[in-house]
This record gives sequence, C-alpha cells and structure tokens, in this order.
Amino acid sequence: MARNKDRGTPEVNSGSMADIAFLLLIFFLVTTTIANDKGILMQLPPPPEEEIEIKLQERNIFKILANSNDQLLVENEPFGRPISELKEMVKDHILNFGKLSSTETIDLYNSLPGSLKSQVKQDPSSSDSPGDAIVSFKANRGTSYKLYIDVLDALHSAYNEIYAERIGITAEEFLQLDQSDDLQKRAYKQARAGIPKAISIAEPDK
Amino acid sequence: MSKFKKNSKASQEIPTAALPDIIFMLLFFFMVTTVMREQEILVKQILPKAEQLSKIQKKSLVSHIYIGEPKNIGIYGEEPKIQTNDVFVEPDELTLFVNQEKDKLSEAERDRITMALNIDSEVKMGIVSDVEQTLRKSNARKLLYKSLKSVKD
Repeated sequence: MARNKDRGTPEVNSGSMADIAFLLLIFFLVTTTIANDKGILMQLPPPPEEEIEIKLQERNIFKILANSNDQLLVENEPFGRPISELKEMVKDHILNFGKLSSTETIDLYNSLPGSLKSQVKQDPSSSDSPGDAIVSFKANRGTSYKLYIDVLDALHSAYNEIYAERIGITAEEFLQLDQSDDLQKRAYKQARAGIPKAISIAEPDK
Repeated sequence: MSKFKKNSKASQEIPTAALPDIIFMLLFFFMVTTVMREQEILVKQILPKAEQLSKIQKKSLVSHIYIGEPKNIGIYGEEPKIQTNDVFVEPDELTLFVNQEKDKLSEAERDRITMALNIDSEVKMGIVSDVEQTLRKSNARKLLYKSLKSVKD
C-alpha cells in the first residue's frame, strides 16, 4: 500500500464489491442455459421424382420394422431384447462377406485390421460384402419418437464402431474427428472407404 | 501440544482480498457462455437420449424447429404441434419457413442449411414424418435430431 502522508487515503470502499459480483454471478447462473447443439445427423434423400425400381438382393437388406405399440420386427422375427443386441446384429450383418468373389471385396477384406477380421462371418444368407449391406428401418406413424431415436442411435453406433475400429480408435474419438482438419479428415475418409453408411429410413405406414 | 499453541498465536484470518477477483472471473465465464433465449418455446421439450451425437460444424447454418405437446393445453389442445420462431405452423407451411431461413444465408451456404429438430420424446412418428417429407420437398435435407448425451451404464 502506498502511504499517503499529507492527505487522508482516498480509497473507495471495496468491501462490498464481492457481494455485488456475487449478485451478478447468481443472476447469470440462473439465466444460463448452456447451449447443446448436439444430435444425430441425417441426410434425407432428394425429393421423389419418379419411382425408380432398384433391384437389390434380399439378403443384403437388414430389415427393421416398428409398429405403433413400439414393438420391433427384425429380419421378420419379433425382437424383444434390449436395443444393444440389435447393434451387434447390425454389425454382424455389415461385416458379413457372403461372396468373396470380386477383387474389390477381397481388397476390402484384406484392408480390415485383425480385430475386425475376427468378427467377419461368411454366412451366404446374409449380406454379400460390407459395400453391399443396407440397413432399412421403417416405422409406423404411431411409433414413438423415442424408439425411433433409439433404433437410429443403435444403427449409427454399429457403423461408427466399425469405422472407429478400422483406424484403431474408439467410437467416441471417431465422432469427435474434426472435418476441418486435414489429417483428421483423411482418417475419417480412410475409415469410411468401401463401407458406406447405408441406412435407409422408409416413409412410415399410414 | 505446545507446538500447536505457538502457532495459534499467528493470525488465523484467511486473506479475502482476492475473493472479488475470483468471483469476477466466474462472473465473466457465465456472462460469456450465456445465450439469452431469443424465443419462447411453447411446446414441451424433453429431448430423447442417444449416444452417437455429432456436433454442428457451423452454428449459423442451423435453424430450429420445435415439436411437442403445447404447454398451454387449454388454448392449443393436447395434439403435438410444430413451432417455428414464435408461432405454431402446419407441416405443409414449413416450406415458407425453410425459404425464409435460406434467405438469411449467403448464396453459397444455402444448400448446407441444417434443420435442427427439437422433438419431445413422447411425440409419435406421424407428425415427425410429415415434417421430414416437407423438408425433403423444400430441399432442406440435412437434419439434426437434437438429443442429449446418454450415460453409459
């Protein structure tokens, strides 16, 4: 403290400064809503012009149906188990190599790391290769939005876990890859190469 | 014991001179992070929980649509409604809203508009799909289903 000899110290009483600051702090604490701009991203298909018939092999499509009672029908069988098991089924479907015929699929298989290779099955009745696999989800107009998000979340996590494992990171880290960073974008592209995220959301039944 | 007695003579006051500074620091943090609500949300909003959340890359490209049961059931009824800005709209009126939002953006960014759907978890899929179909037709095809982070057990 500088000593003032001739005059009395012209100090502002700052004892209550903390109280004032507290008051303001509490006001902002109460009014604050930390913005959460997070969610599941999805791209809608372009508007329908003409119905195009696309021939797809039945075995490549993994079908999930939901009815208005929030019950699921997975691959034509009622599904009464927790959603986390659905994720494993979807992963099995994507990672299935039913036909190892074309060079592309063989290259894709060879590009997979060992941890994913061990999960690969060769079931001829399931999808031909990860590049061909499609997951289709169709809800009913009476299905609850919560179930819709749960299933969508499971589908995305099945894909993201495969992508993440392919470049040796966790699914959490994969989601946080920054697209504006070149190095991270390359990792992202490398993870997704050859395995498109083919999630098809059909228009709900009336 | 004698050792402690000696010490007890020393001043035991905690210096509080830096307290206002600390409080100010906290205050500035909250002032900076605070986003004042621009609009009043007229529908119930309990967002669903999910794990696979992505962050929005650019916030200026996002427009919000709220769907849920109206908070004021007496006036608006119990059926879920769609809210944009401050008014309720019908699903087919959303095209207008999309165009208004697109006009706010620069030409190059118009195609990258993201519609954030804030949908209450109790809403049925019917109204959601009506909204999706309209957005699809109005060429706002990037959707973000707003949801909260669920805790893994």
